[in-house]
Amino acid sequence: MSSILQSSTTAPGRFGPYGGRYVPETLMVPLFELERAYEAAKSDASFQSRFHDLLKNFAGRPTPLQFASRLTEKLGGPRIYLKREDLLHTGAHKINNAIGQGLLAVKMGKPRIVAETGAGQHGVASATVAAHLGLECVVYMGTEDMARQALNVARMRMVGTQVIGVESGSRTLKDAINEAMRDWVTNVRNTHYLLGSVLGAHPYPTMVRDFQAVIGREAREQILAAEKRLPTHLFACVGGGSNSIGLFHQFLGDASVKMIGIEAGGRGAGLGEHAARLAARQGFSGARPGVLQGTYTYVLQNEDGQIATTHSISAGLDYPAIGPEHAWLADQRRAEYSAVSDQAALDAARLLSRTEGIIPALESAHAIAGLVERLPQFKKDDLVILNLSGRGDKDMDTYSRLL
Amino acid sequence: MSVAASNSTRISKRFAELRASAELGIVTYITAGDPSLDATLRFVLTLAEAGADVIELGVPFSDPLADGPTIQRASERALKSGATLAGVLDLVRRIRKSSQVPLVLFSYYNPILQMGLEKFASAAASAGADGVLATDLTPEESEDYRRIMRLHNLDTIFLGAPTSTDERLAKIAGCSSGFLYLISRTGVTGAKDSLPDDLPALLRRARSVTVLPIAVGFGISLPGHVSVLGGLADAAVVGSALVSEIEKAKSVDAAATALAERVRSLKEAARHGLSRREVAP
Repeated sequence: MSSILQSSTTAPGRFGPYGGRYVPETLMVPLFELERAYEAAKSDASFQSRFHDLLKNFAGRPTPLQFASRLTEKLGGPRIYLKREDLLHTGAHKINNAIGQGLLAVKMGKPRIVAETGAGQHGVASATVAAHLGLECVVYMGTEDMARQALNVARMRMVGTQVIGVESGSRTLKDAINEAMRDWVTNVRNTHYLLGSVLGAHPYPTMVRDFQAVIGREAREQILAAEKRLPTHLFACVGGGSNSIGLFHQFLGDASVKMIGIEAGGRGAGLGEHAARLAARQGFSGARPGVLQGTYTYVLQNEDGQIATTHSISAGLDYPAIGPEHAWLADQRRAEYSAVSDQAALDAARLLSRTEGIIPALESAHAIAGLVERLPQFKKDDLVILNLSGRGDKDMDTYSRLL
Repeated sequence: MSVAASNSTRISKRFAELRASAELGIVTYITAGDPSLDATLRFVLTLAEAGADVIELGVPFSDPLADGPTIQRASERALKSGATLAGVLDLVRRIRKSSQVPLVLFSYYNPILQMGLEKFASAAASAGADGVLATDLTPEESEDYRRIMRLHNLDTIFLGAPTSTDERLAKIAGCSSGFLYLISRTGVTGAKDSLPDDLPALLRRARSVTVLPIAVGFGISLPGHVSVLGGLADAAVVGSALVSEIEKAKSVDAAATALAERVRSLKEAARHGLSRREVAP
């Protein structure tokens, strides 16, 4: 599929034709300011040492790369390693980015942060980092998501964050982002928007990727130490796409490493029934390049350019657009994307729980289901790293209904 | 460059007339399709007759992130009634059968992009629209858009904001034709009680970088606001206050009556407030 933009611009933050900066003018200067602060932080030794100290001593990095021996045996396919981001403080990879951006907010002199959250993992990470750094924090969350991720709402409130329910639209992640952006555009002079995924206007997709790239850097070293070779396949779930790009990024130059992003196939292929933006080959309908919430990327929408509602059992994957770098990796066929159903994800969650004693987040369960569905395609000596991006505590309500 | 093309539009002509009579213009915004496109046709003709100088027709969008609750709800009602960008363009054609009021299409970028820039520009121009404003499009991302709109003699109106530097205001004005739309405050659309204290300074900064007429919007609803702006701007944009009249009204007739009253009182304030000439240095 080709881009409908007639020429690629020279603006920064482009991934092929995707990305860019499509925001109301009020946010442009704050975005430039953020970009400058971020660029400066890259070579600022004190920023970097604080960042790495917090990753290690507050968040708990490095995370293990665990050989999943019983899962490997049970599936009878490739050797499977799990990158255990679920063991991080607050329970998911989201804390990596929240620490990075929290420190940037301090550096920019912004005493207040706003964030959106779907599953609540990014909200909890932001709230926790805000408490740790002494920042005021407001998190917007769709009321649909507040109901299905109640534990995370309580955690955010426990650390002193104000959680504001969003009643508009489908009352999920997309609507929470709209509301967070409205808050940011209003309070932009003292507020940093701590966006949780590789979405939005430049510099967010690049910056969030860089903060998450620690996942792949560690995993690459760890697999080389354990197996003396590179993996043949990487698996990760893709909502906005931050845990997947975090794992993929360090391997982009390794042509032999296949990268597979797993989207939410929901309960059907019709528009409104799923959140699969790049899985058109499987018959999922409605995704075309377009502009949503600051960036040009694949977006689920109708023919008039109105953004579609989405469905996924997983709040963290329930979003109509995908990070612009993923759109580009898909067009280039550097990464592959496919979708699995709600039911397949639930089955995969049970499988991992019972073979490895690890209850995964519903989001991460999609990656496991994606691997299971590809079993016939593997060769015996294939070697997989699967990013176990989050733990399942927050999903126990959903899981217990299945027991 | 653009000035030659824009001089010929209804928008520029209207601003030239306003300038000649030292009168503040009233730009009105309503969301097209709220509650129906037929009702919008009636509202536009009513607004024009009551004295609106320029009419912005909002194209409803599912994710209006620059809008406050009033226009969000209007957008939802319009989408529910089945309004699409193609339907709004058809509405423009119907308006042109009985009115020559300057019309600006006020949209988020995605509906325009999905129709295709060329197809949109050609349809908008042939329907009789005068200008286009895309809320989430800035000079940096708009090279193709500007070229194609200009080819079809459509004014491109961009937003200037309180956070814009002088350098950016100059760039934004350089990409704009017809008028420059200055956002009065950081925030989303919606009626407010008072104008921000730093608005005169923002207007002075904008004046120093452009000769284009300047319309000020976001938070303007009352005749008192208009009187104050009479000394400073070329036009005031009133949106949410009108949209909420439509929302409150029990019928299309009642809404039309309320809109006409609102615009007449704003226009009255514009005519009798301080004129720009009187206070301009």
